[in-house]
Amino acid sequence: MSSIVSQAWVWLNDPLNWTNSDGILALTWQHLWISAVSVAIGCAIAWPIGIWLGHHGRGGGLVVGVSNLTRAVPTLALLSIFPLTILGFGPWSAVAALAVFAIPPLLANAVLGLREVDPSARDAAYGMGLSGWQVLFRVELPLSVPYLASGFRTAAVQVVATATLAALVGGPGLGAIINEGFGLGIASGGGQVLAGGLLVVVLCLLVEGVLVLVERAVTPRPLRHPTRRVRRRVAKPAPAR
Amino acid sequence: MAAVTDAAGNPWFSWDYVQSNASALLAALIQHVELTAASVLIAAVLAIPLGILAYRVSWLTGPILALSSVLYTIPSLGLFAVLAPFLGLYASTVVIGLVLYALLVIVRNTLTGLSQVPVEIRDAARGMGYGKLGLLTRIELPLSLPSIMTGLRIATVSTVAMVTVGSVVGGYGGFGELILEGFRNNFYKAQIMTATIATVLLALVFDLVLALLGRLATPWSRRRSA
Repeated sequence: MSSIVSQAWVWLNDPLNWTNSDGILALTWQHLWISAVSVAIGCAIAWPIGIWLGHHGRGGGLVVGVSNLTRAVPTLALLSIFPLTILGFGPWSAVAALAVFAIPPLLANAVLGLREVDPSARDAAYGMGLSGWQVLFRVELPLSVPYLASGFRTAAVQVVATATLAALVGGPGLGAIINEGFGLGIASGGGQVLAGGLLVVVLCLLVEGVLVLVERAVTPRPLRHPTRRVRRRVAKPAPAR
Repeated sequence: MAAVTDAAGNPWFSWDYVQSNASALLAALIQHVELTAASVLIAAVLAIPLGILAYRVSWLTGPILALSSVLYTIPSLGLFAVLAPFLGLYASTVVIGLVLYALLVIVRNTLTGLSQVPVEIRDAARGMGYGKLGLLTRIELPLSLPSIMTGLRIATVSTVAMVTVGSVVGGYGGFGELILEGFRNNFYKAQIMTATIATVLLALVFDLVLALLGRLATPWSRRRSA
């Protein structure tokens, strides 16, 4: 047991493993880059739809359907199927697969956020003569920022975590270290597997930590305190990785 | 690498594939069902008491939920990679990883269910002379069953999907095995697609069975909605 830990330690202490062209630094950069693009695409698709549905007080059924379906589809399957389609081999098929899994939490929290806006605030805005668009941009969206931010964090953390799997099918990202280690066998690659696993875990926890701070920073002060209530009510993701 | 590239020679859907590989598909199905069932059952046995504990001992609620959300951020491949070097390439390694994820969902839903029991009902039961244990087993747990069943269903469906990742741990991935093998074997599209559809169908079947069990276990909720 201790030999595996020391193997992992040795592997992590080799500067070449960090600075190689396919080393830890390059892979981490790649990992974060494809994650960011995936989440951005997910936002571009899910937020307009979710905000529109929530604004009109609809979308409950769609949200449940989308999140149930994506929970049942293995990420590994989409990551294997997309490179064989028109997307081709390379980062874009991984980005597309990850974006699919970013959509449910973004959509669910956008719909929920707009529906949870206090109806009296909305009525007051309409009573003051604001149009539908004005109500949306001046009242509903600012009030649903905590939900949007929480959905963003959930989606982003999930994508960063899921992106690890891309390496199993020749895709980009930090998972390559783990995959390579498993390829060597536990006897000689066990240390590398453990090192890769720890790197991935640390990266995910770091991203989560940073996004918690971002979430706090973008949430207007008056909306911060009821976070206990908000936390409990936000739509939780599926751990489909 | 690209030996089979034309669409005609390598279709996505092929009944021929299903027929000529029936035994491999069946083996994958059995492994997938076994891994899922073992993981969810073990998780449920551990998680429901943990949920009750988290509910009863109020200072434990925070730590248990915090731990569960930390584990939630860790990817399954990362977890398997940390576990496998120590535990070896066995089915039990995959099950331990899957149990940890399923555990979180069930604990959280048990806790939610218990804390949603209306105060009036609890007061009424106490007034009728129920003790702590009686209150828990006769009132609180039955009323939390819908929430617990939801947790079980979510945990099961995501476990079915996550079993596929178990293929990295020396071939305990059920249909995931076939997906990866198909990908590595000249991108055998029919095998990848068949295994994917089979995984999704399996998740749906598990979900339906649990939904049915939930309905049978809570006859009162059916009567109310009817």
